[in-house]
Amino acid sequence: MSAARLFLLQRASAAVLAVAVLVHLATILLAVRGGLTAGEILGRTAGNLAWLAFYLLFVVAAAIHAPIGLRAILREWAGWRGRSCDVAMALFAALLLLLGLRAAWAVYAA
Amino acid sequence: MSDTLSVSVHRGTSGARFDRFEVPRLPAQTVLDVVTWIQREADPTLAYRFACRVGMCGSCAMTVNGRPRWTCRTRVETAARDGRLTLEPLRNLPVVKDLVVDMAPFFAKWVKAEGVFTPRADLGADFAVVPPASPARAAADAAVECIGCGVCYSACDVVAWQPGYLGPAALNRSWTLVNDVRDGGQVARLAAVASDAGCHACHSHGSCTQHCPKALSPTASIAGLKRAVLRAALRGEA
Ligand code: HEM
Ligand code: SF4
Ligand code: SF4
Ligand code: FES
Repeated sequence: MSAARLFLLQRASAAVLAVAVLVHLATILLAVRGGLTAGEILGRTAGNLAWLAFYLLFVVAAAIHAPIGLRAILREWAGWRGRSCDVAMALFAALLLLLGLRAAWAVYAA
Repeated sequence: MSDTLSVSVHRGTSGARFDRFEVPRLPAQTVLDVVTWIQREADPTLAYRFACRVGMCGSCAMTVNGRPRWTCRTRVETAARDGRLTLEPLRNLPVVKDLVVDMAPFFAKWVKAEGVFTPRADLGADFAVVPPASPARAAADAAVECIGCGVCYSACDVVAWQPGYLGPAALNRSWTLVNDVRDGGQVARLAAVASDAGCHACHSHGSCTQHCPKALSPTASIAGLKRAVLRAALRGEA
């Protein structure tokens, strides 16, 4: 993928993350007020399509954002460049996506 | 003001040997004056470089007490508050000897960044009219006074970490040409700067801008390149 595309994806995913992290933090603060239990969390998320959509978006953004950032760090600090690094980062993105989607689905379908 | 200045000077190429000189302190003395005194009065084998002495040519840059600076326009009292000076060659470039670096890789990157004016084919014989107040001309103006001193290049950590990185000065030059309406080499230029070794390697942390003696902002120029490349990519050209 071209550097320009990676740049665009990094900025676009950062914009999503900025909002998503705020919603995430606000939810934590509000939720913990009444004590936090697994039941309470699932009560909020289970069967709720809005939360499912939110977490799916969050997961996709994180799965795009973190590997691009990690790639920059590896290229600079570890000198790992070229195709092997890019393939590793693509696999890392796939792993994050898989784990994230599984978690988002789990709290929705519970 | 004490009578003398204690100056530690890098010698050779290894980075290991430093010679110490006691240099008479004078009013309005510049760091370049100090180096010149050492070479004339103490050790004629000292190698350093300068030409204009007035901040125009960009040849006198060195690392002064850990910071890259133009030495002809740096007063001793600005750089050496405690009466001590440590002088080293610029970082990120091969050392030739003592305080002299080889600038060839630095300028090779200007060429690589297409920092060379390429006239448009349809310019015609008459002068091209570039209104001074036009946004493109204003953007070029803000970046054009570079003297090629290499201070920014020496200050940039990304250059140190990723030796292929074109660096702030070359990209700044490229940005002035992106804003030159007479230039016909824009597609090749954007292609040259749009890469992991080009504008996208910059983290906008601003060390170049902090140190540039001409108070330019290569950081802003590089951000401009990123925007220009993004626009080209969205049009499907990059
Ligand atoms: C609030 C959410 C976030 C925002 C607004 C955000 C924003 C950004 C931006 C704008 C960049 C580009 C910097 C550059 O290219 O120099 C970036 C890079 C990066 N981000 Fe994020 N980010 C967020 C969350 C995260 C998270 C959660 C992680 C890690 C898990 C992360 C890891 C990275 C890394 C490693 C880089 C690369 C650093 C670099 O290239 O300079 N970010 N982020
Ligand atoms: S802003 Fe960019 S070019 Fe300037 S010092 Fe930082 S990384 Fe280097
Ligand atoms: S941008 Fe500033 S620091 Fe860099 S080479 Fe030009 S004048 Fe020197
Ligand atoms: S000697 Fe010319 S800029 Fe310093």
